[in-house]
Amino acid sequence: MVRPLVQFERVERTFGSVRALAPCDLSVQRGELVSIVGPSGCGKSTLLRLASNLDKPTGGRIRFATDSVGYVFQDPTLMPWRTVRGNAELLGRLAGMSRREARAAAEAALATVGLADFADHLPRQLSGGMRMRVSLARSLVINPEVFLFDEPFGALDEITRGRLNLVLLDLFAQRRFAGLFVTHSVEEAVFLSTRVVVMSARPGRIVAEFEVPFDLPRRLDLRYTPEFAQLAGKVATALEEAS
Amino acid sequence: MTDVTVADEAMPEASARQEGRARRRAARGAAAEPADRPGLARRLVRGWVPPLLLALVLIGVWYYVSLVALRPEKRFLLPPPHEIFTEGFADPRVRADILEATWVTTKAAMLGLAIAVVLGSGLVVLMAQASWVRRSFYPWIVVLQTIPTLAMVPVIGFWFGYSLAPRVTVCVIITMFPLVINPLQGMLGASRGLHDLMTLGGANRLTRLIQLQIPAALPDFFTGLQSAAGLSVVGATVGDFFFGRGEIGLGLLISKYTQRLESAPMLAVVFSTCVLGVLVFLAFGALGRRVVGRWSEAWGAR
Ligand SMILES: Nc1ncnc2c1ncn2[C@@H]1O[C@H](COP(=O)(O)OP(=O)(O)O)[C@@H](O)[C@H]1O
Ligand SMILES: [Mg+2]
Repeated sequence: MVRPLVQFERVERTFGSVRALAPCDLSVQRGELVSIVGPSGCGKSTLLRLASNLDKPTGGRIRFATDSVGYVFQDPTLMPWRTVRGNAELLGRLAGMSRREARAAAEAALATVGLADFADHLPRQLSGGMRMRVSLARSLVINPEVFLFDEPFGALDEITRGRLNLVLLDLFAQRRFAGLFVTHSVEEAVFLSTRVVVMSARPGRIVAEFEVPFDLPRRLDLRYTPEFAQLAGKVATALEEAS
Repeated sequence: MTDVTVADEAMPEASARQEGRARRRAARGAAAEPADRPGLARRLVRGWVPPLLLALVLIGVWYYVSLVALRPEKRFLLPPPHEIFTEGFADPRVRADILEATWVTTKAAMLGLAIAVVLGSGLVVLMAQASWVRRSFYPWIVVLQTIPTLAMVPVIGFWFGYSLAPRVTVCVIITMFPLVINPLQGMLGASRGLHDLMTLGGANRLTRLIQLQIPAALPDFFTGLQSAAGLSVVGATVGDFFFGRGEIGLGLLISKYTQRLESAPMLAVVFSTCVLGVLVFLAFGALGRRVVGRWSEAWGAR
């Protein structure tokens, strides 16, 4: 078996008296896109912060086989004083790319998310969905080995969300990163990932895992096949029992 | 690669944003604009007519007091408004005095402001680095604000003499507070998400300061600078008045004319001081809009 890029071993996280995460075992390797679904407040964001090393566990340990991490937060989190291009260049520059390299990578990433024509706009001139895509492009620039997504499309309308799901799947097919994708939509979880993890509330625990057998590339109409419906139904049942 | 051309979604948050902006503008003392922005002419009318009408009323009251309520032998106490011009600005001697004094005061005010900007910004950068630095300085900044600086003018004169230096010192003390508190608030307000992003990118302290904290502090810095600029003119003028000697600035000129019972020239100086204050306020406002107006909604970005 391939060595996982991130491996949680009995990882716990408590905030004062609040147990956000009960002992948790989870690993993700290259070529895996693992979705995490669970009721709100069950510790999904906490888990991603731990996986990005922004936060440290209060128990157990996490093994990292890479420090190349991309993190798409729940909010776009853009710098309002930088243009779309400037925002997309930020991580590349921090990673030591030259001005020219970072610019080229930023423009390629913006084209990938369909924002090539908006490079000179400021974030405030964009809609919510467009800002989220800038945020995605910003992380693409560094081509991370581990890619974390915290409900990135949660606030978007159905159509935009479907399109961005395809963009993401396409990127995954090309780059085969190790992904953790938090969502509250069972459909999105099954459609996007190679594995779905269901968490329960307080303290957050992993209560069920489902392999997703569908081949890549996937098309949006996969969501209307009986096989898809059956698997989504199982995940939904597990989620309901967990809440 | 999939060819994604995602349509530009509508902007449902636009109206909410506009509301927020109106609130912020109101908070800054600018006139709040209605959501459906009327034409330029209407806005000019709404912005200028009410204050001008008020000014006309006040001038009317002034004429009444001066020409009707006061007996002629007492009229020197409050000369009618036009005499500010006929006996003030029209008099070449008075005009020369005022120009000279304005220069003296502006010099002290701007020098004081510049020094306060440098000291204040340095302090803000230090205070943003660690909470223990912040906790050590914060109470003293507040204390600095409560010093009755003008009452201390005699002592300051005793220490620093009566030339430019003590006047500048007064301005620095008076303008420091908004130049620390405002940018500090902006700097600490940089979003936690952006800080996390810098951490993920492996940014060091200096990079974080330059790329994130300083830009985040700029809108509030300019808000502080604008109040400080107004304060610096007041500080230089009133400080001058209390020093009572040295180069003649606007404050000393006021006391000179007052002692000679020359009310009209005295009021001309007061009027000039107001104009200087307003000009400085407008100039620093324009500077703020120029630097951050492109992106900061508090500075007019739309
Ligand atoms: N920095 C923190 N300080 C205190 N409590 C926190 C902190 N972060 C998260 N929590 C708590 O941990 C629990 C899980 O939070 P979170 O991971 O954000 O949930 P989710 O993302 O699944 O909605 C919540 O009860 C929350 O209040
Ligand atoms: Mg969350």
